[in-house]
Amino acid sequence: MTILDSLRVALTALRSNLLRSILTTLGIVIGVASVIILVAVGNGATGEVNRQITALGTNMLVIFPDAMRVMGRSSATGSALPLSEGDVTALREKIFGVSGISGQLEESAPVVRGNLNWTTSVSGVHGDYTFVRDWPVREGRELNAQDLRAAGRVALIGSTVAKQLFPGENPIGAEVRIKNVPFQIVGLLSVKGQSAMGRDQDDVMLIPMTTARNRIVGKSDVQVDQVGRIYVKLDDQTNIKVAQEEMEQLLRQRRKNGPNSEDSFSVRNMAEFMRARTEVLSTMSYLLGATSAISLIVGGIGIMNIMLVSVTERTREIGLRMAVGGRKRDIMLQFLVEAVMLCLLGGLIGIALGVGIAWLIAYLASWPVAVSLNVIAGAMTAAGLTGIIFGFFPARRAAGLNPIDALRSE
Amino acid sequence: MTARFEADLPSGQPIIVARDVVKRYRIGEQDVLALDGVTLDIAAGEFVAIMGASGSGKSTMMNLIGALDAPSSGSLAIDGRDIGAMAADDLADLRNRTIGFVFQQFNLLPRTPAYRQVMLPLQYTHPRPTDMETQARQRLEQVGLANRMDHLPRQLSGGQQQRVAIARALVNNPKILLADEPTGALDSRTSDDIMRLFSALNSDGITIVVVTHEPEIAEWAKRRITFRDGRIVSDVRQASPQREAAQ
Repeated sequence: MTILDSLRVALTALRSNLLRSILTTLGIVIGVASVIILVAVGNGATGEVNRQITALGTNMLVIFPDAMRVMGRSSATGSALPLSEGDVTALREKIFGVSGISGQLEESAPVVRGNLNWTTSVSGVHGDYTFVRDWPVREGRELNAQDLRAAGRVALIGSTVAKQLFPGENPIGAEVRIKNVPFQIVGLLSVKGQSAMGRDQDDVMLIPMTTARNRIVGKSDVQVDQVGRIYVKLDDQTNIKVAQEEMEQLLRQRRKNGPNSEDSFSVRNMAEFMRARTEVLSTMSYLLGATSAISLIVGGIGIMNIMLVSVTERTREIGLRMAVGGRKRDIMLQFLVEAVMLCLLGGLIGIALGVGIAWLIAYLASWPVAVSLNVIAGAMTAAGLTGIIFGFFPARRAAGLNPIDALRSE
Repeated sequence: MTARFEADLPSGQPIIVARDVVKRYRIGEQDVLALDGVTLDIAAGEFVAIMGASGSGKSTMMNLIGALDAPSSGSLAIDGRDIGAMAADDLADLRNRTIGFVFQQFNLLPRTPAYRQVMLPLQYTHPRPTDMETQARQRLEQVGLANRMDHLPRQLSGGQQQRVAIARALVNNPKILLADEPTGALDSRTSDDIMRLFSALNSDGITIVVVTHEPEIAEWAKRRITFRDGRIVSDVRQASPQREAAQ
């Protein structure tokens, strides 16, 4: 009996119990589908994160104020000393290779235009902000030094906010009220799209840092000229690691962090920032991987169960095959082939389902579909192995039958 | 016992040689003596009916002749080979090449066309024949099913199904055709057709052993061996009125 004969017999057997065969493979289907989905989503997300890192530029650093830690113990939340205008100036002047620097003091606030209103993120920024973030104004003008000096009531509007408050109209020159303070819109920001966290980055208003402090966010008790977080852009020739260390050195001095206490701030480059997100994704991948391994095992037990049923149902057939000259090995191979075929059938359905769902997720999350052939091959191999492992016991039982008893069975 | 009939033996070489064959089974706590010292020679070309009530040992004898089982003691040689001393794979090959089985319940595979049923033994033959399908179709013609080759079992009558099973038994040119109550599931007219087919095959030289409890079926054989309590109680050669009527 060749493999081809065994395949034909297995196919006949599976077809004669089609519904049962498909239900039996459900565990395998779920296992294979989840492998494909998790890898596709993981790859798609990682690809998207990488694309964003590249888009952001790897030569950008962000500085956050942290709560002060003394001897490893964090002080109360909100006790973080804010970063100041002085820090911005010092960084700009003392760090070599800084090509742009800006604070960002952010607050969620309602913006009103006539009878329309929209709550958005309002950020006080310095003039360099759009340069540092690589986010030029599409129409109108940038914020300039004069705006900052005079705490001008001017604003740049993000495209989402423009769409909400100025549907079908040009917002340039129009007036809006932020927290009841009137602002004139001088520029429309270009479209930036979704962030890696899925946040709409165009849902913003940018105003001069000074204006934000004076009229929108309010003054900090401990730092009169707080600037929120600081974005620093380095020129291409500068080594980002060296610059980062210099900045940390400078800020430790300025914020009087002793040699024994931890830094009361953190400097992150965007690559690190994104890597943290990738780690979350890979943790999720492990969990999904475990899920699919478990469903393959459960699926395998299902296969084993149905193969045992099949051996019992076909005892006479086994007896006949032995009587006409089938060897133990032939019988064994036949049932193994059948189990493997069941698993591969489940694998194929799982692939169709997995690719479909991965495509849907990718479509909804506007990620590129990243279904790889390697994963499909791997999933099929795993399914086939499941068939061999869990088909072995029933196949051995079939091959071990006594032909006389088998022929006599009902 | 057989000695009395030696003078009447056909000229063929003995193909089944049993010497003091004993077969014991253990059913639960109890030992069952199924065969109690059977000595028997069947020559090539004979047409033998093995008779007896249930429990007489005739089925056990058939299992031994079919190389499906080995004797507990004594010796049994099929076509010159002692089945008690053979490995499982060699026994499988012996069943494949030397013996053709016909069963009461036909034992056809469901959802499989007739010609593929007949091909089954060839698929287990080493080395594999290359013209399996041609051979299978020829055998179906031989048993009168030329126009039923692609039919499934459920599309065939009982008699036709048994003919498919006979074609399957014949496909590897066995020396012995071993039939276990071959007409047990058939009406009397169809039974006669099947037995007529056996007679014709026997005329062509194949040794036929039919196990039956029906005297009318046994009438077709040239020799009738009756078992009781694990022993042969009679072994009679006879002219067969059915055979002569058929010829």
